Amino acid sequence: MPIRLPRAGTAQIAAFLAILAINWMVSPQFFDIRLQDGRLFGSIIDVFNRGAPVALLAIGMVLVIATRGIDLSVGAVMAIAGAIAASLADSQPVWVCLAAALAAGAVCGLWNGLLVAIFGIQPIVATLILMVAGRGIAQLITEGRIVTFASPDLAALGGGALLGVPMPVVLTAIALIVTLALVRGTALGLMIEATGANARASRLAGIDTTAMTVAVYVWCGICAALAGVVAAADIRGADANNAGLWLELDAILAVVIGGTSLFGGRFSIPLAVVGALIIQAMNTGILLSGYRPELNLVVKAMVVLAVLLIQSPRLADIRAYLSPRRARS
Amino acid sequence: MSRRHLPVAVTTAVFLAGFLFCSLQFENFASTRVVMNLLTDNAFLGILAVGMTFVIISGGIDLSVGSVIGFTTIFLALAIGSWGMPPLIAFVLVLAICAAFGATMGALIHHLEMPPFIVTLAGMFLARGAAFLMSTESIPIDAELYSQIASFSVRLPGGGRLRIIAMIMLATFLVGGLLLHFTRFGTNVYALGGSRSATTLMGVRTGPTTIAVYMLSSLLAGLSGIVFSFYTGAGYSLAAVGVELDTIAAVVIGGTLLTGGAGTIFGTFVGLLIMGLIQTYITFDGTLSSWWAKIATGMLLFAFIAFQQMMSGLSGRLPGRLVARTPK
Repeated sequence: MPIRLPRAGTAQIAAFLAILAINWMVSPQFFDIRLQDGRLFGSIIDVFNRGAPVALLAIGMVLVIATRGIDLSVGAVMAIAGAIAASLADSQPVWVCLAAALAAGAVCGLWNGLLVAIFGIQPIVATLILMVAGRGIAQLITEGRIVTFASPDLAALGGGALLGVPMPVVLTAIALIVTLALVRGTALGLMIEATGANARASRLAGIDTTAMTVAVYVWCGICAALAGVVAAADIRGADANNAGLWLELDAILAVVIGGTSLFGGRFSIPLAVVGALIIQAMNTGILLSGYRPELNLVVKAMVVLAVLLIQSPRLADIRAYLSPRRARS
Repeated sequence: MSRRHLPVAVTTAVFLAGFLFCSLQFENFASTRVVMNLLTDNAFLGILAVGMTFVIISGGIDLSVGSVIGFTTIFLALAIGSWGMPPLIAFVLVLAICAAFGATMGALIHHLEMPPFIVTLAGMFLARGAAFLMSTESIPIDAELYSQIASFSVRLPGGGRLRIIAMIMLATFLVGGLLLHFTRFGTNVYALGGSRSATTLMGVRTGPTTIAVYMLSSLLAGLSGIVFSFYTGAGYSLAAVGVELDTIAAVVIGGTLLTGGAGTIFGTFVGLLIMGLIQTYITFDGTLSSWWAKIATGMLLFAFIAFQQMMSGLSGRLPGRLVARTPK
């Protein structure tokens, strides 16, 4: 029996706690929390707050990856959604902004899903199109400017708090609960896993794999749009060039850290969120320790390599080859 | 015309039609000056695209190329400016580092059997991170060689200037074309992209081929970084961010199949020219904003991918998503 990451995700949670412990050693005030203006502040809160956009992206991305897909366009979708929300913010009520942004995300996801499921284009290529064109579309909406807004309602989605908990964290928690309820509360999750594990067999077994695939891309688009609104609300403006730049890679990394295989199949949404928090905790740790923030990318590369080694099919073979002998002796 | 050459023919037709359209719209467009500027401005992209063509034909992808450019330019700036290294020795050294970097990625892809996408993603983080650690500032390079290269050009009739960096790019395309189409290595690359298991069964050693493909891609990315430093005269760790996507787009527009196994160096060259043409059109027009380039590139990408998909549908192949590498 090859050694697998336990389903409960002890490895990820242990890693997260270990990084938090290291951060605490580096900066003794790490766990200090104070309440100010009805909102909690502190480094540990910051990890959750800053990690929220990537966590939101990861919630959508994990479903896409579970179907053996990938969505490179989430960063661009964030930019589009942020641009729409910021442009509407001062003339429309906040729920219209939010609805318009989420609808745009859904349309982007629908486009990706149709390309992948109907046209049969490889996911990495299909979503590349929107990744390239998406920032152009976002700039078209903002007319090349950085759109700022004054609406306090929309800004509250980024900087506000509910019962002391920062809004981005609340929104992420809501997205997580809704997604979990939809996917794990019904048979949808099983069908998504089946689609990723073996699309042809699943179709023969009566699963509508086309609808499944389109649905996960749409959901991923909606999650990305929500992340885009949060990011725009946080800075009270939309920057089509830089909003969500490179976040698609962080989101994929979060999913992979969460133990979901890039080869599709079994997935875990909560662990993908933990993955996002691990990335953010490392970021915060590097900042707190006074190392140059540039070190961050190198550390991230090391994490990718480590996870690759753990996930490698070849290494699993070697372990499978070794373990029976160990059992005998 | 054989089916194999149809994608390249379509790409070439699109380029010629586009060039004709631009020439009719702007009277000064069809001149050697515009064409030479197009070559100069896209020289570094072209060199990358040659390497990417090999990678994509072999059924892989290389996301690290843009970061390698950033690393190369900052390395050169420091090596020449701060460490007092002669430029030529710095070039050799940086190319050796890049080749070793690519070979390592290839070895990981082959031996760990992981998707190239995620391995080269780690490479992208690593190269960009290494560049950031060396310096986050833009450092000018003032070596004599650089000013000589910048001032040298071959004058063509019509006022165009063929610059050194455009010559390097054209030479890269030539050598790349010979390597891909006329050597055993090139044939192995096609075989690898067509079907890896069949290639193994045929007795081709897939390991060395995979490693060589990624080594070549990173080596050319290093060369592209050198050209980029000629072009900008500076080293900057944020240089060429996102260029990997432009490169992939140029290769795909050039008719290379993203599932691997089909494509030509000539097609990539035309794909590059089309991308350059879009930029040039926007510059000439003056009223269009630069974001239209992104949208136009996206639309072209879509058109070509849809066309490819139709082609493979016609020849009885299943969509790539279901059977990633259908043996021919």
